[in-house]
Amino acid sequence: MKMNKYLERIYNGIIKENPTFIIMLGMCPTLAVTTSGMNGIYMGLTTTVVLAMSNLFISALRKQIPDKVRIPAYIVIVASFVTIVQLLLEAYIPVLNEKLGIYIPLIVVNCIILGRAEAYAAKNSVGLSLFDGIGMGLGFTAAITIIGTIREVIGAGTIFGYKFTPASFEPVTIFVLAPGAFFVLSVLTALQNKLKAPSATNKSGTGSTGDLGCANCKSAAFCEAAGSGKGEAAVVKETPDTVSKGKEE
Amino acid sequence: MTEMILILIGAAFVNNVVLSQFLGLCPFLGVSKKTNTAAGMGFAVIFVITLASALCSLVYDFVLVPLDVEYLQTIVFILLIACLVQFVEMVIKKYSIGLYNALGVYLPLITTNCAVLGVALINVQEDYGLLKSTINGFGTAAGFTIAIIIMAGIREKSEHNDVPKAFQGSPIVLITAGLMAIAFFGFAGII
Repeated sequence: MKMNKYLERIYNGIIKENPTFIIMLGMCPTLAVTTSGMNGIYMGLTTTVVLAMSNLFISALRKQIPDKVRIPAYIVIVASFVTIVQLLLEAYIPVLNEKLGIYIPLIVVNCIILGRAEAYAAKNSVGLSLFDGIGMGLGFTAAITIIGTIREVIGAGTIFGYKFTPASFEPVTIFVLAPGAFFVLSVLTALQNKLKAPSATNKSGTGSTGDLGCANCKSAAFCEAAGSGKGEAAVVKETPDTVSKGKEE
Repeated sequence: MTEMILILIGAAFVNNVVLSQFLGLCPFLGVSKKTNTAAGMGFAVIFVITLASALCSLVYDFVLVPLDVEYLQTIVFILLIACLVQFVEMVIKKYSIGLYNALGVYLPLITTNCAVLGVALINVQEDYGLLKSTINGFGTAAGFTIAIIIMAGIREKSEHNDVPKAFQGSPIVLITAGLMAIAFFGFAGII
């Protein structure tokens, strides 16, 4: 019975609340690194590791972190794990580090991670938070792998690097370039609207009033808190300390 | 001098931060409904990115490198940026209420704009000094502003167009962004 609760988190992350297709978070890496299916898998798994570890830590420390300074604290935790992962990749899989380049450190500002920290890990037990992180990460991986594969098949005529199309097939190169990312995501969202699948852009089922961006982003409340109101004084007061702590290490 | 101009144009047009590097997509898609709000966001971004590039470059060269802790760059930069945004907000609020009213609401959103951190990291990667970092930051932010204003202009015009039902809302915005990205390929030849 207990296992079911954990499996439910995984299912929730992959299908019910898929971060890319349903909640529409973390658009930057979704579009940037999906030039091939393989890239999607790599980026997804890297993000999954960071997401699971930071969820685990934030959940474990949720009673220690004062409410007022929770956001800078989360950012420090996430940034630390991103740095660890980046150094590990640099050491053991340098090819991957080169391929994903700047998008690895940018995992820090991926809204999925801070969104989950605020929405889930800060309120739930360690085990559940870990599985929530894994589930969300796998959902993200699946989504960007699908987008990457579509772009790779149309744009390069290969699938995970293997050429399967006949020689007469002329790849539409634009799909592996920047504009293709927008087109593929656009068509996938339109399909979702058509099929009336639940998504951030299709809340009421009308499919017409939806809009991307901050308004529908589940972590919008978090962004606001980070900047104004309660969070404001906390961020200003707290960050210099943490910076100097970081330096001493 | 020529190098500086090349960096500026390269950052603003050829490697446009939104359309070819996919940084800062959330505000690009979220705050581009009206041209005046888009312009407000754009100028706030120029302000913050230029300052953040200069600050991060200084801290990297004079604190992280001497202490031999370059690997802490991600943590230090994100905290610097969060600090900077708060600080800028307080200073503007105190000294220029007009500017605060114009930019204020956009400032908190910029902390989580990945373009800011992205530019700071690119500056380090490319080994730019203080001057080049600042110019690169300014160019990148100018490119963001140009892109978001054009986008808002197109969205205002296309609001009353007869878009197929499934494509209404975000899909048509993404298609527009894709077409703009194709147009920006045209700049690739100028450097």
